Amino acid sequence: MANDVWVYIEHKDGNASPMSFELLGIGKELADNLGSSVCAFVVGENVENIAKEAFSYGASKVYAVEDGVFKGFRAEAYAKAASFLLDKYKPEITLFRATSQGTDVSAASAASLGFGLCTDSIGIKVDGGQIKLTRAAFGGNYTVTVVNEKAKPQITTVRPKAFSMPEKDASKQGEIIKESFSIAESDLNTKVLEFIKSEVALNLVEADIIVSGGRGVGGDDGFKMMKELADVLGAAVGASRAAVDSGWISYEHQVGQTGKTVKPKIYIACGISGAIQHLAGMRTSDCIVAINKDPDAPIFKNASYGIVGDYKQVVPKIIEKFKTKLNK
Amino acid sequence: MKIVTCIKQVPDTEAEIKWDIPKGTLKRDGMDPIINPFDEFALEEALLTRENYDGDIIAISMGPEKASDVLRNALALTVNEVHRLTDEAFAGSDTYATACVLASAIKKIGDVDVVFCGKQSTDGNTGVVGAELAAILGYSQLTYVSKVRQIDAANKKIVIERAIEGGIEVIEAKLPAVVSVIKGINEPRLPNLMGIRKAAKIEIPAWNADDLGIDKAKVGYEGASTKVVEIAVPPPRGAGEILKGELEDIANIVTDKLIDLKVIK
Repeated sequence: MANDVWVYIEHKDGNASPMSFELLGIGKELADNLGSSVCAFVVGENVENIAKEAFSYGASKVYAVEDGVFKGFRAEAYAKAASFLLDKYKPEITLFRATSQGTDVSAASAASLGFGLCTDSIGIKVDGGQIKLTRAAFGGNYTVTVVNEKAKPQITTVRPKAFSMPEKDASKQGEIIKESFSIAESDLNTKVLEFIKSEVALNLVEADIIVSGGRGVGGDDGFKMMKELADVLGAAVGASRAAVDSGWISYEHQVGQTGKTVKPKIYIACGISGAIQHLAGMRTSDCIVAINKDPDAPIFKNASYGIVGDYKQVVPKIIEKFKTKLNK
Repeated sequence: MKIVTCIKQVPDTEAEIKWDIPKGTLKRDGMDPIINPFDEFALEEALLTRENYDGDIIAISMGPEKASDVLRNALALTVNEVHRLTDEAFAGSDTYATACVLASAIKKIGDVDVVFCGKQSTDGNTGVVGAELAAILGYSQLTYVSKVRQIDAANKKIVIERAIEGGIEVIEAKLPAVVSVIKGINEPRLPNLMGIRKAAKIEIPAWNADDLGIDKAKVGYEGASTKVVEIAVPPPRGAGEILKGELEDIANIVTDKLIDLKVIK
């Protein structure tokens, strides 16, 4: 239906990225307000299992394009298939997660349909029949709410973890609508040669707990201690720009304006002063613990719990307590 | 080889931000402008590409008179040619309109092999203009690029690495391509004094909507599909608690509080 809410489902090697069902929750809420249905859509080689999983997270229908040419993810191929579906069915709004894949496909689809999109939404609501999208601007110092009057369908990417994951109910079923759409391999511009898996097991953006170090941790040894605490907690390791620029840890760990935006349940900031560029990337974390020598560090104004002290003394003590209390 | 690099002037994020509330756009005058940090990596990658494979670099920037500064900086770094894309009709453009203006300039330049741009700007922060640009031009869309392995202009091929969730993807693509780069792909150089002096004297040429053959109704504030309806300051985080006392006690309290959240497994 024309005012349905669509959610793009990401997958890799035939398995859906579990977090991409996250948006079916807010999608359902929007659809209820619009008097329509939440539908998933997926592009791939074999999407049957992914579709079934989407039903269990609340999708009432799954629109799919299935073809061998879509075996592995390629932005241009997936975007062509996505824009074909969106142009044909013109849902009211389409939600993508603001991941690399979601951003690539949504941007290219919007451009080929001939309009702009709202990126990295953190709030979505229906107000007087109109969809209002809210995003953070300028390092999270402001929020900006926009409406999209011209674009049909509207497209937005949504910040990972901005909305909670819907409950899974394996008994739920729905209808799969398969569209035949293909592209000749020779018409495609790109070919994936290989994928080199990262040594960093945990994805910073998806992590529930992050232990982050800044200039104050002083070097590689400091980050060994961050890693040790992270291992005890099953956490990912983050870093401020100062730490990355000093070469103590690689860029993929950087949190903040020129790094990643994260929203874990627990964020432990060690030796991070809390410059606005860093806060921009982590201020919406559920619980922030700050450990810093300087009692005037701005991070304390944003912390749920602050500890004024040298991390070299505080962190080992915390590690020891966690090990005892968690029987590790 | 013909290399284009797109650079944007952004307000320094340390600066106070002023909004034009009715329009929902930024008041850019009076702010301390800098080159978008990600674009410094794009410009450097263009310079490295020219060093490795020969060719010409054309830097373009969309923006008001002030944006000449970032182009002058590019000239000081020895890019071959610059163009400022400017027209009253461009003001208030959304990502798609911006990508359309950039695409028109790239078409006008003609026979381009590779376009380098930064992953995102630090003001708009959308991170989609590179992908939109590729889609509009029909060029290969290469985003989150962390390394350019090889460019073979004669055979119209490029091999790059992309840093995405979970690892590095190696892609071979046809040229022309739009390559949007991440921080850390290289170490941007600074211009030398000679370059700065030379660049200071050069007039920065400007292209307007007519020069670019752009329909004014489709760009800028009028053409934008998204309209800002509200700007708000998010509620501050509740005042936190500074834990005081002996380290032993503090460590006990904080670990108990975190364990109580039932997040740690």
